[in-house]
Amino acid sequence: MTNPVTVITGTRKGIGKYLAEHYVAKGHTVIGCSRGDIDWQLSNYEHFMLDVSDEKNVKRLFSTIRKKYGRVDNLINNAGIASMNHSLLTPASTVQKVLSTNVLGTFLFCREAAKLMKKTKYGRMVNFTTIAVPLKLEGEAAYVASKAGVKSLTEVLSREYAEYHITVNAIGPVPIETDLIRAVPKDKIQNLLDRQAIHRFGMFDDVSNVIDFYLKPESSFITGQTLYLGGV
Amino acid sequence: MSDKLINLIIETANELNEEEEVSITSELNKDTPLFGEKGILDSMGLVSLVVAVEQAIEESMGVSISLADEKALSQKNSPFKTIGTLAEYSEGLISEDSND
Repeated sequence: MTNPVTVITGTRKGIGKYLAEHYVAKGHTVIGCSRGDIDWQLSNYEHFMLDVSDEKNVKRLFSTIRKKYGRVDNLINNAGIASMNHSLLTPASTVQKVLSTNVLGTFLFCREAAKLMKKTKYGRMVNFTTIAVPLKLEGEAAYVASKAGVKSLTEVLSREYAEYHITVNAIGPVPIETDLIRAVPKDKIQNLLDRQAIHRFGMFDDVSNVIDFYLKPESSFITGQTLYLGGV
Repeated sequence: MSDKLINLIIETANELNEEEEVSITSELNKDTPLFGEKGILDSMGLVSLVVAVEQAIEESMGVSISLADEKALSQKNSPFKTIGTLAEYSEGLISEDSND
C-alpha cells in the first residue's frame, strides 16, 4: 500500500499540529489546514489556509486534493473553537461562530471527503466531540450544543456512508492543556477533572492512541461510536 | 452546450454502471427517466449520479456547482426527472456561476 493520504483540520497549533507530526512520522501524506498561516514545516505535509466553514474553499481544497493525490484515506476533523461563558452573556454572533466552525466545518469536510472516499470504497473519518457533552457542562452552552451536534452528525453519517465502506467515529477528549482552555479558571477545570474516573488532564498521545485505533484498516467494523477519554 | 452536457451525463452514468454503483440495463438518451416514475435510479443511485456529474462538470469545464441545492429540491418539476432535465438544470447553474 502506498502512503495513506490523511486530511487534518486545524493544524496550526495544539492537538492538530501534534496529529500532523504524528501521522507524518507514521508515513502518511498529511494535508492540513487552518485559518492562519503556520510557522513550522514538515516533509510530506502540505498546508492550506482556509476557514473550515467556507463551502467554496472547502470544495476547492478537495478538488485540489483529487487532482494531486487522487484519493483521501483518512479525515480528522480536529478544528474547533470554544466559547466559555454563561448563556446570558453570550451574543448570537458567538453562537453562530461556534456552530459554524464546529458543526458546519465538520459537515463540509465529511461530505467532500466522502465524495472521494466512495470512489475507492475505503475511508476513515474521525470527529471531535468532548466530555462536556455527557457532563452537561454549565457555562459552555454554545460549545456543548455544537459538540453534541458533532456527535449526532457522526452517528448519522456512519449510517449514510457505511455502504461506501467509510467509517465515521468520534473522540471526546477531557481537558488538555492547549489554548482552547487557557482562559478557563483553574477551579472550573479542577471540578471537571474531579468528575472523570481518572482525575488528570488528557495528553496529546491519549488522543492519537484513540485515533490510531479508528484509522486502522482492521477497524472496518467500528463505526458511529464516540469514545470518551478519562472514564466519563 | 446542452448536447455536451447530455453526453457527459450519459458517459458518467455508464461509468457508474461499470463500477456497479448503479444498475442500468437500457440504452441512455436525453429522454431516459432518471428518478421518480419509471426512473432507472433508486435514491442512492441518484445520489451517486449527482455527485459524479458534479465532479465530471468540474473536471471538463472547471466549474464547481452544487446540483442538489435547495432550489433543485424544492422545484415542482424536478431537475432529476430525465437526463435532459438534469442537463438543462446543470446548464443554468453553470451560466449562473460564470456570471458571478
